[in-house]
Amino acid sequence: MPKRDDITSVLVIGSGPIVIGQACEFDYSGTQACRVLKSEGVRVVLLNSNPATIMTDPEFADATYVEPITTEVIESIIAKERPDALLPTLGGQTALNAAIAAAEAGILEKYDVELIGANLEAINLGENRELFKGVVERCGADSAASRICHTMDECLAAAEELNYPVVVRPSFTMGGLGSGFAYDEEDLRRIAGAGLHYSPTTEVLLEESILGWKEFELELMRDRNDNVVVVCSIENVDPVGVHTGDSVTVAPAMTLTDREYQRMRDVGIAIIREVGVDTGGCNVQFAVEPDTGRLIVIEMNPRVSRSSALASKATGFPIAKIAAKLALGYTLDEIPNDITGSTPASFEPTLDYVVVKVPRFAFEKFPAADPVLTTTMKSVGEAMSIGRSFTEALGKALRSIDKRSANFHWEGEAPSGEQIDELLQAITVPTEKRFIQVQQLLRAVLAGDTTLEAIFDACKIDPWFLDQMLLMNEVALATASAPKLTAEVLREAKRHGLADAQIADLRHLPVEDVYAARAELGVLPVYKTVDTCAAEFEARTPYHYSSYDAETEVAPRDREAVLILGSGPNRIGQGIEFDYSCVHAALSLKDRYETVMVNCNPETVSTDYDTANRLYFEPLTFEDVMAVYEAEKAAGPVKGMFVQLGGQTPLSLAKRLADAGVPILGTSPEAIDNAEDRAAFGRVLEEAGVPAPAYGTAHGIDEAIDIAESIGYPVLVRPSYVLGGRGMEIVYDREQLADYGTRMADIGDHATDAPLLIDRFLDDAIEIDVDALYDGEELYLGGVMEHIEEAGIHSGDSACVLPPVTLSLEELERIRRSTEALAKGIGVRGLMNVQYALVSDVLYVLEANPRASRTVPFVAKATGVPLATAASLVMTGTSIADLKRDGILPEIDAAHIDMSQRLAVKEAVLPFKRFRTHDGLVVDSVLGPEMRSTGEVMGFDDTFPLAFAKSQAAAFGGLPTEGAAFVSVADRDKRSIVFPVARLHELGFEILATEGTAQVLGRHGIPTRVVRKYSQGRGADGEPTIVDLVNAGEVPLVINTPSGQGARADGYEIRAAATAADAAIVTTTQQLAAAVLAIEARRRGPFDVLSLQDAAGARARNVIAGNMA
Amino acid sequence: MNATPAVLVLEDGRTFEGGAYGATGLTLGEIVFNTGMTGYQETLTDPSYHRQIVVMTAPHIGNTGVNDEDNESRQIWVAGYVVRDPSRRASNWRAKRGLEDDLRDQDIVGISGIDTRQLTRILREGVMRAGIFSGDALAPGGERLSADALVAQVRAGQEMAGAHLADEVSVPDAYVVEPPEGTETIAEVVAVDLGIKAMTPELMAQRGIRVTVVPSTWTAEQILETNPDGVFYSNGPGDPGAAAGPVAALKQILDAKVPFFGICFGNQMLGRALGYETYKLQFGHRGINQPVMDRTTGKVEVTAHNHGFAVDAPLDGDSVSPAGYGRVKVSHVCLNDNVVEGLECLDIPAFSVQYHPEAAAGPHDAGYLFDRFVDVMKGAR
Repeated sequence: MPKRDDITSVLVIGSGPIVIGQACEFDYSGTQACRVLKSEGVRVVLLNSNPATIMTDPEFADATYVEPITTEVIESIIAKERPDALLPTLGGQTALNAAIAAAEAGILEKYDVELIGANLEAINLGENRELFKGVVERCGADSAASRICHTMDECLAAAEELNYPVVVRPSFTMGGLGSGFAYDEEDLRRIAGAGLHYSPTTEVLLEESILGWKEFELELMRDRNDNVVVVCSIENVDPVGVHTGDSVTVAPAMTLTDREYQRMRDVGIAIIREVGVDTGGCNVQFAVEPDTGRLIVIEMNPRVSRSSALASKATGFPIAKIAAKLALGYTLDEIPNDITGSTPASFEPTLDYVVVKVPRFAFEKFPAADPVLTTTMKSVGEAMSIGRSFTEALGKALRSIDKRSANFHWEGEAPSGEQIDELLQAITVPTEKRFIQVQQLLRAVLAGDTTLEAIFDACKIDPWFLDQMLLMNEVALATASAPKLTAEVLREAKRHGLADAQIADLRHLPVEDVYAARAELGVLPVYKTVDTCAAEFEARTPYHYSSYDAETEVAPRDREAVLILGSGPNRIGQGIEFDYSCVHAALSLKDRYETVMVNCNPETVSTDYDTANRLYFEPLTFEDVMAVYEAEKAAGPVKGMFVQLGGQTPLSLAKRLADAGVPILGTSPEAIDNAEDRAAFGRVLEEAGVPAPAYGTAHGIDEAIDIAESIGYPVLVRPSYVLGGRGMEIVYDREQLADYGTRMADIGDHATDAPLLIDRFLDDAIEIDVDALYDGEELYLGGVMEHIEEAGIHSGDSACVLPPVTLSLEELERIRRSTEALAKGIGVRGLMNVQYALVSDVLYVLEANPRASRTVPFVAKATGVPLATAASLVMTGTSIADLKRDGILPEIDAAHIDMSQRLAVKEAVLPFKRFRTHDGLVVDSVLGPEMRSTGEVMGFDDTFPLAFAKSQAAAFGGLPTEGAAFVSVADRDKRSIVFPVARLHELGFEILATEGTAQVLGRHGIPTRVVRKYSQGRGADGEPTIVDLVNAGEVPLVINTPSGQGARADGYEIRAAATAADAAIVTTTQQLAAAVLAIEARRRGPFDVLSLQDAAGARARNVIAGNMA
Repeated sequence: MNATPAVLVLEDGRTFEGGAYGATGLTLGEIVFNTGMTGYQETLTDPSYHRQIVVMTAPHIGNTGVNDEDNESRQIWVAGYVVRDPSRRASNWRAKRGLEDDLRDQDIVGISGIDTRQLTRILREGVMRAGIFSGDALAPGGERLSADALVAQVRAGQEMAGAHLADEVSVPDAYVVEPPEGTETIAEVVAVDLGIKAMTPELMAQRGIRVTVVPSTWTAEQILETNPDGVFYSNGPGDPGAAAGPVAALKQILDAKVPFFGICFGNQMLGRALGYETYKLQFGHRGINQPVMDRTTGKVEVTAHNHGFAVDAPLDGDSVSPAGYGRVKVSHVCLNDNVVEGLECLDIPAFSVQYHPEAAAGPHDAGYLFDRFVDVMKGAR
């Protein structure tokens, strides 16, 4: 069945900002889809509010709209672009929900747009739990017994019938948001209450408990000729009870006989048919009762999911790409398998290796959050690894997580006595730590102090997996006790996944000695290929993984290679934005070099086998990176390695790699040190003549207090060598600093043992972020971003605008000069990010990082300049002058402002709603110098108010146009708010304020209702505080400008409540002015939309017209 | 970790050092690889693997142990077994014992801990003979044999081409598989056991067929004497070119216009009876993920394969049986390599497939073929 010829233009919807449960896997799937559609000659119209994505780069679509994903915007785009079809299945739940809303609003019918890849009926059957139970029944399979409830009373009645514990699952939420286990009525009221709130249909499902059962997933695809294939089976090592995104998972399934697997396959196929996913992929989750084999269908996703991305990387079968082709009408047998080139896609991949995925958590950022893993996903990223055995893959996956406490260790004695009982008790509850606790208990099994069965009874992790972990412990023990580190001992250790660092610990040796011993004895990894067919056919795609096995498959090559280190698992502070730069390096250098990607994050575009010429799916540790380097050096000439694009993880390897003889391209390790090392950086600043806030480095809290007193409070304090502002705080007095010291000592991890950096904190500063390129001769100022939020909030968490809206040309010129001096002083070759603070006309340098920054993709989208591409070329020796000559960089940089240029506002998206304290309250959502946002959106329009309004709409649903507005501002701001608040009143808002602010407003004739402050507590008769009102959802707009410490804290409480209630919050007077203008603009009518391509056209016309300031 | 040493030796002289798995000793055979990720128990007990050393490409084998339900015949048939990581522990609610127990009990010599992917990449270039040596076979009297001595033994082994093996695996006496209770018997079928798998008569019985499984040595007269509604030829080991007896018998059955269905070896028998040649594939199809197109419906099924030989029949359009049975259509092809996977006679009631609709191990996509057999028998009445 050939391609449909009635589809010439398709609207693709992306998944919006990165949030927990919906991360860059949808950039990967969306990018694949866009590529396929374009290559098929279809005009691609793309909507995604997330500027950090590859898919929103202008070359991936014909018309790219970085706009809020709302029904209104979708209608505007459809009206303008008139696509034939809408493809909603590759942008996660966000895209699917947006498509449903658009269909229900009649927009698709009105403009005659066909939904492809799924139909509404299928989506509904798959996602509506009650209907889905019927589907399962019609397929002759079982579901867990359950009841659908729409009210709390119904929930309580149902729980009586089903018996506690019961599972609570809200309908139509993503990543399991709002779901969990209720062990008693109190739990039920809490969890189901939230679930009813989050479900767009106010619907939750209560289900019999299948806690502790084995959990499996199948990834299926179906074409319009009703051919179905199962792409991959995945087994969760963590049994039912932990969200699959938070589980350690394995592909293929390890503990099923063929009969059981085929039964699961039959049910899966029956379900995809019965649900009616006509073309595309779906994911079906199963539970198996371990003692009887009873099979239950848990749920299905009628779309490409997080697991599809994992399955694609695990098998080499590109689900999203194929899904896009199927949506165009191809059938599976008409689509070639890229990897073999000779066989069709209508087969089922078979693996001759084992894939393990391990989640990465960020509980350290949310100390108040309940650490128990539940059916609501809480991890922020994941690492995948491939090995020829489970142990090899697990060892690699655990070290890929890049967090020492998440890896197996054999320090000290094996647990004994009471420790065993405590640990056996602890592992009954799944937490981030459980895996390590189990490994420690297995040490005790070897000592004869407990049994594998006892561990199984406690944690219900299948005995096969426990035995494999036991095997790793046995190997570790043998490694430690071997009289000599022979080739045999080393080989056995490496075959079972032990890292050099672990062997070094076991043998009490420096890690370098282990590496040297391996090199000498020839215990080196070989590289196998992911080929979809277990070597039955030859693979054309060099998608490799390491293994301690016999034969290597790395092909020799003539072209010079450039190795690019990715950024590893997503975490807060290091995510998709870094992958963006890595992908661009791979794509832009492909013409000149053989590009080789090294990364271990299955969600990313960089780990698509199509991105670089060669892909090594490997941990980003020194050991693993060196091994890839050696393998590639043996294959042909290597120009060098990029370590500056993937964020802190690869950057931290720079020095060791250089010392080991790896040529580092771009900024040298010495130059990186110039920026990282405080003393060296101080000298750079001095020479450059750029002031920085007073600072000092302290070893211990007493010294820190001395330094703070000499430079004056408030100070910004943080441990050195940290990412994303980990442990960074603003401290206002001695007492607070002493308390900080105590708290850090209590945590006691590697970060908190490091020296403390103390900087004078600049209150009332305008913060400015700069991304620039330097080639040794010339500086190209890529983007200057002005923060909207007050100083003291991590740049990753604060909103900013580009080009800056209040800076003068003189100030921009000063920024340019300072940046150039810094780049020169540090020795940058490539990208550099600088953070400045402008206070009383003095430009201070807060930080300079000689690497790709989080804002590179945003700058690229906002300015239309391919900054990452240019950086890759500069790093391999091209000059900025050449890039300008070749038209890759424009002549004019960001020190000049095109007065007619569109403005871009970047807004952060925070995950507070995901993290609940044990009592079910939103964790304290104080924003501060420690970054906690997971993603970002961009608002793009002609004026700042409109761009701002769009960013708010994209981030959390948007500014209200009516209702109550709460106002509480610092004294210094009272004057400046009068006019905007008066305007709000005129626009029909009811104004609420606390006493002081209310008086000021009242004297200006603005009718104001006085409400209690949070710190005042409830009144004598239970009069609510402002926080209570916000919690109750009665205040859609909160205006709170903090000043000083006390008010800051009060504001945080309000902000937390506003976050939980999805209320809009304004924290600066500048933002208030923008918000009021934005609200006015909103009331005037729907947003105008403009594609990046049209914006670039307009920009070019302006340049020609000489319309520059 | 410190297993008894074992060596796998290929006909071309390459050797792989590993640890003994299952029994120790010597085994010789044609070495083939199987890409299934599940179903080792079914694979081991599939008579079609008689005289073959089987390499599993999936690294972990034995995870679910062995149970009493999933055997496809009365014993393990593989000549030798090659795996990378044998499981130390069986984990499955149906498991009765570990896989290695069964291998040892049935004296199956195996090897573990070798680079099975490297081996597979060699084997896909061409079929070979091989041997596994361990214990006394490797080092008689404690002295290890030279590589040359091992290779010489391998080269002295039997070739698969020209081997007639069906009689070696077939049952000695006929037996009957009745439809399950409550299912009406709608047809009587004689199934000739050329190496039949247990699931085949079982799936027929589920559809109301009373199946009499008979030894491969039964003559056409014996078969036709029972006056069956249909005759079935099973899968089985060996070179179809060497199976003159079953081919001759089949011709008589076709002459008698008795409806016929064949699977795997049975497909090759039909091909030869119709007058087509069979040939040996470069490395065969052995796995449970093979895409086959049913050319009648245009639909693709994912199927279980286990064949080293194939029928050479014209792919384009209908051809005429060189043996005079009228028009013949290639009903199924493998989409990976366009190998003939099914034959359908248009003028007599006979059809066959090269792959395994009975699955076990493998997907159930092709189960409809048993219904087709029922339809053919109905149509012939």
